[in-house]
Amino acid sequence: MDTLLSQILNSLFYASILFLIACGLSLVYGVMRIVNMAHGNLYAFGAYVAAWTVGLVAGRLPDVNPVVLFVLLLAGALAAGAAGAVLEPTLLRPLYKRAEEYQLLMTFGLLLVLEDVMRLLWGPHPLTASVVSDALPSVSLLGLTYPGYNLFVIVIGGVAALALWAFVYRTRFGVMLRATSQDMRMASALGINVKRVYVQAFTIGCLMAGLGGAVVMPISGAVLGMGVDALVLAFVVVVIGGLGSLEGALVGALIVGFVRTLGIMYFAEVELAVLYLIAAIVLFVRPAGLFARA
Amino acid sequence: MTTVLLETRRLVKAFGANRAVDAVDFTVQAGELLALIGSNGAGKTTLVNLISGLLQADAGTIVFEGRDVTRQSIHERIEAGIARSFQLVNLFDQLTVADNVALTIFARQGKTPHLWTVAARDTVVADEAAQVLRQFGLASKAGMPAAGLSQGERKLLDVAVAYALKPKLLFLDEPTSGVSTREKAPIMDVVTSVVRQEHITAVVIEHDMDIVFRYSDRIVAMHQGAILAQGSPDEIRRNEQVTTTLIGSPPPA
Amino acid sequence: MTPAIRPRLLSRLEVGGGLLVAVALLAVPLVAAPFQTITVCYGLVFAIAALGFNLLLGYTGLLSFGHSAYFGVGAYVTAELVKYLGWTSMEAYVVAGIVASALVAALFGIVCVRYTRIFFGILTLALSQVLWSLALKLFWVTGGSDGLRVPTPTLLFGTLAPTKDKMDFLAYHYYYYVLVLFAAAVAVMWLIVHSPFGKALQAIRDNETRAEFVGVQVRKYRWIAFVVSGAFTGLAGTLWVPLNGLTTPDILYWQFSGRIVFFVVLGGFRTFWGPIVGALAYNYLETYAVGFTVYWQLVLGLVLVLLVLTLPQGLAGAVEALSRRLRGAPAVA
Repeated sequence: MDTLLSQILNSLFYASILFLIACGLSLVYGVMRIVNMAHGNLYAFGAYVAAWTVGLVAGRLPDVNPVVLFVLLLAGALAAGAAGAVLEPTLLRPLYKRAEEYQLLMTFGLLLVLEDVMRLLWGPHPLTASVVSDALPSVSLLGLTYPGYNLFVIVIGGVAALALWAFVYRTRFGVMLRATSQDMRMASALGINVKRVYVQAFTIGCLMAGLGGAVVMPISGAVLGMGVDALVLAFVVVVIGGLGSLEGALVGALIVGFVRTLGIMYFAEVELAVLYLIAAIVLFVRPAGLFARA
Repeated sequence: MTTVLLETRRLVKAFGANRAVDAVDFTVQAGELLALIGSNGAGKTTLVNLISGLLQADAGTIVFEGRDVTRQSIHERIEAGIARSFQLVNLFDQLTVADNVALTIFARQGKTPHLWTVAARDTVVADEAAQVLRQFGLASKAGMPAAGLSQGERKLLDVAVAYALKPKLLFLDEPTSGVSTREKAPIMDVVTSVVRQEHITAVVIEHDMDIVFRYSDRIVAMHQGAILAQGSPDEIRRNEQVTTTLIGSPPPA
Repeated sequence: MTPAIRPRLLSRLEVGGGLLVAVALLAVPLVAAPFQTITVCYGLVFAIAALGFNLLLGYTGLLSFGHSAYFGVGAYVTAELVKYLGWTSMEAYVVAGIVASALVAALFGIVCVRYTRIFFGILTLALSQVLWSLALKLFWVTGGSDGLRVPTPTLLFGTLAPTKDKMDFLAYHYYYYVLVLFAAAVAVMWLIVHSPFGKALQAIRDNETRAEFVGVQVRKYRWIAFVVSGAFTGLAGTLWVPLNGLTTPDILYWQFSGRIVFFVVLGGFRTFWGPIVGALAYNYLETYAVGFTVYWQLVLGLVLVLLVLTLPQGLAGAVEALSRRLRGAPAVA
């Protein structure tokens, strides 16, 4: 019973992180029809900035209220969002009219650049700030002791999903976003500033990825290569859920979260292979994913 | 004596609630040049898409030379002898004009999987491609990339590519759309002369009624997914139902 | 009757440049130090992989992010032959490498060629990652992250055994061995892309629907192209192992696929020779730049970004455009 509950919670924790990464990838694809290969690196960037900021403040002010440190995690999200706001107009905008190969190649180049920029800025060793996760006590749940911080991450994932859903389906900007994603030229003819919608969508996507990196950092640290792993897994998630679909990203993240937990239990040796195989099978059977829009 | 080359029976294709082709019985006689007319959205192109295999029918059958081809792949239909051109010119822009045609000939001969021959050295195919280009008045452009042709020439090449399959039945989806009025007649002159010379049955989708009356043997008028009328050009010209729905005042789009 | 004109198959630039390059490549072991020769040898091996990859990207319009799979299969099959059967003949490795990589490509291809664009890319990536994670985890077969050692093989059906100085053997005998296979690969690929089959692939790349309507069986041809592409890349993997002496899961990892992508884009994927130029140039750059800066990926990424923005036709495309301008001929769009 305890192990079952803890496995479920582990799955949800993992799904939260995956959703934060994958929703941005899917959102950007939905609006701009670009799969950003560097998306995982913005997640890693968020983790590094958060670790660095928290480390700086916690080092200078050892008695600082932990609430401040939690707020400081947001620095990671904001930094990734800011990076997105700069990258889209400078590097992606010139390519929208070119063949899709070039867009993929450009974001692939960005992936390589960002990977090394992080090494240049923060060195080859992992950064971490477990002071944040240590600030929350363990919680007793139905006889199970579970780290409070992991529950916090699960809550963040749920809140993010709700907020993003409300944003896309309940705000004026969301309407413009969906209009643009359905028919860019039509939206443009109706007076929607498509350029601005693109920057905003890309920024939000990067912001979510950065948030994912920031909240996972106290647990797993900011490590080189985490971006690439995240990219591949986020791909799997959006492939399962359907590129461009937010609901799909949520369901895909949950599926991958649970499958990973099962995979670790039963096929510890080949867990990754199992994940990729599932992605390949889903693509084979339903290429547009389970929740793709027509 | 006429023989039926192609026949559709109660053919249906719906897009959501819109029945673009609604239980259509459409017949093409061997050897005729048939014009398919109707306003935008009448279902002409959908009908051709169904017959050529680009779309799968929801219901009904398509019979070609007495064989049911409704569920056949595009490739099988081409082998049976059905070819088509496209309304929006649909060429291989980076290949040369000659290669656009040669490719069709390779495919027709089933030679394409040959990995080891040099295409440019295949004189039989090159000669035939040159012959086709001469028939369509494009011989002087053979070495150019298809992207470099004028709109009128592109329309002609589009027909030539389909023609090079040596089909029994050739569908031409608006062979003169997008070119100036002045260029329309010359294009149709070339196309119809080739088709008649080679005894190919042709179905032309066309909006320009002058062109339709001048070049076709028989006309089928469609409206809202169904066949409104059919007959000789004179019969259609006198058909009030057709003239009011299609020619007199085109319904709003 | 029109006189039969035998069309010129190679431009004067190609014939002249080809001869020059051939002479230069033949002379490398005679004039360069062994280390330099081996560097060029790596470049030739990568060029074979790049040629295979470009049959898909340049000629069929499919961007694969998983070509590490076929390179890796070529390498690992060789290593397994050494481990389990104790074979030492390079010819056996080459045959086994080509067959095995073609078989894996045939299997993966059935899945991948049903889709295009990003879906194709993701599928190829995912399938290559399956092999990578298996190579990492099934360590009793693959040696795990330590990989498997492959001693220098005998050449020409066992008649040419490796000399005591392994470096000299690789920089002389093995170099020429690779050069011959490289020349054969170039010739075969040139034939393929100029064959009716190659034309059909280009037709599919330009316009899939129309290709279908002139009677090209799009999916079947894509699949054949996929298998051929995988076999070329597999051959490269097989030839690479003796140079490296060791195969590790790194060559199955997606980053290695990225490297193959980079060769081809650097050289220019819209030309036949571009990928070869790119692979040789890249290999040279890497060998020296890695010693010069630890931020090699940064350099690579910046170059890729700049290439896409300013030189989308790659190095070979740029040279072609330049020579066209020098001759005063109009640029082709």
